[in-house]
Amino acid sequence: MRLILQLSRKNLAGRPGRAAAMIALAAFLAFAIFAGSVVSMSLQRGLGTLENRLGADIIVVPASAKSQFNVNDILLQGNPGYFYMDREKLDKIAEREGVAAVSPQLYLASMVASCCSSRLQLIGFDPETDFTILPWVRESYRGEIGLYDILVGANVTVSGDYTLRFYGIDCRIVGQLEKTGSGLDNAVYANWETIEKLIEASEEKNLNKYSVKADSVVSSVLVRVADGYDIEQVLNDINLRVRKVTAVRASNMISGIAENLTRLSGVISLLIAGVWLLGLLIMMIAFSMMTQERKREFAVLRAAGASRRQLGALIFAEALIVCCAGAVFGIALAALIVWPFSTAIGSALGVPFLLPSLPTMLALMAATLAACAVAGVLISSISAVRIARQDTGLILREGN
Amino acid sequence: MRLTAEKLTRSFTRVRQGTNILPAVKETSFALPEGSLTEITGRSGSGKSTLLHMLAGLLRPTAGCVLLDDRDLYALDDRTLSALRAKHIGVVPQGQTGLRSLTVMENILLPAMLTGVKGMEPEAEALMERMGIADLRGAKPGELSGGEMRRMSIARAMLLRPEILLADEPTGDLDDENTARVLSLLRQAADAGTAVLLVTHEQEAKRYADRVWRMDAGALVMET
Repeated sequence: MRLILQLSRKNLAGRPGRAAAMIALAAFLAFAIFAGSVVSMSLQRGLGTLENRLGADIIVVPASAKSQFNVNDILLQGNPGYFYMDREKLDKIAEREGVAAVSPQLYLASMVASCCSSRLQLIGFDPETDFTILPWVRESYRGEIGLYDILVGANVTVSGDYTLRFYGIDCRIVGQLEKTGSGLDNAVYANWETIEKLIEASEEKNLNKYSVKADSVVSSVLVRVADGYDIEQVLNDINLRVRKVTAVRASNMISGIAENLTRLSGVISLLIAGVWLLGLLIMMIAFSMMTQERKREFAVLRAAGASRRQLGALIFAEALIVCCAGAVFGIALAALIVWPFSTAIGSALGVPFLLPSLPTMLALMAATLAACAVAGVLISSISAVRIARQDTGLILREGN
Repeated sequence: MRLTAEKLTRSFTRVRQGTNILPAVKETSFALPEGSLTEITGRSGSGKSTLLHMLAGLLRPTAGCVLLDDRDLYALDDRTLSALRAKHIGVVPQGQTGLRSLTVMENILLPAMLTGVKGMEPEAEALMERMGIADLRGAKPGELSGGEMRRMSIARAMLLRPEILLADEPTGDLDDENTARVLSLLRQAADAGTAVLLVTHEQEAKRYADRVWRMDAGALVMET
């Protein structure tokens, strides 16, 4: 085995141009499959995380909000914006048949002004009833969330003093949340009381476009439908029986994103398949030509005592070295591009984008390496079989 | 070890010009005695190299058999045959036979590397000295002249001191001085007990040979 590896290494080193071209091709294949898979998985993971974060079956917003705002942008992308409805709607929704749980949320957008650190979406939740934000918060922060304590999304820049100023009030950052890959990473989360105080502060400064009593309004109501009930029926019931609200099915809100994502993943998979098919074909032809050109060398090896199996192993070893070296380069290149630019890629694609976890990434690297090794065996198998089957005497005769 | 051919026949099929079957070697029986140098001469295309390749276990005969002592080479599996060839049969193929990615030294050591025999470097050095290529140990085949490459190939075939040495035109590209050097070396091998078969056009070879055969249209005729 040592001899085979030694010979294959020397053979490749003896033809550096060709070896480099083959390694580059293998690197391209590894890049395509690794980068493509990472992008695909990041999209899936981003969507999955967004679904989890949304966590409700139905989201109810004021009917006026639906016409004035792109509610999806506020709820899913974390774009700053706010709207309110009377708190009594919460009780009316909770009374509807088939509603298992309700939890209100209260929104406020900060401003680009001296009163505020930066323009961000502020989301208040009720720790007593919440079933969407708290589970997420608990992944990063287990302590009590007091007055003026805030948790920030993964994309919010945290300054050295761990405070953010909103409408003249300094809020203490007690934790930064796990990345979701969506716009929710740009928002700030606080308990109900904090957002009420901030709304009051914004009104005192005449910086709130509404004039509301903070303790008597909610921005949205998240609804969980009881088991055995049809979500669509409960949604229609709310829309019919509760006045001046619009109930939206949560899965519908992300269905556009999901469709985009499915389409994008399909295109990526198709591209990977095309690249691999073409790449494998080119490599197979190139490898076959290279071995045919060297068949006299193989005949000399046979004359010196090499068995057919050793010749086959030599050809396999060369292909494996080429493909594995290429895989390492391709994976490294893909990682260097995808890792640092993941946020930019997500923004460019306009869909939630969350890189797979490190263990998944390492497994993906190993799988890419294995796929390239299998490709190496595949592309060399025809050449190996052909060379090993040929009568050495005939090859030597041809050369004379 | 005794190498014997019994009714050895080999035909080639030419598909392009219809299905012509061309007999290259016809029912040839032949024995290669130990400790002797046998020369086979004959015109180009008369079947000399085909016979040598069959004797080396490199070309399966259409009919007949090749016996190494009492073992039929072509009845053996490839692994056993290859091991047998590596250990007992030195082959000098015709033409350029260097592995271009290996140095001259590594090329000569190839049979030892393939069979896992260690410590053959001094033997390789000695052979290079006797062949007059000692200065070229680190050179690659691409840097050698045709004659130097031939001598490297002969040294490789002789490295493991095989009992049988089959050389196809080993002096093909050599000048008179080196031809004499190689023939003398083959003679010495025969005197040391090796059964040497020399396929050549070289007239000078007759002076070194114990027996001379002539190949004529696939048939072997004893000349001297």
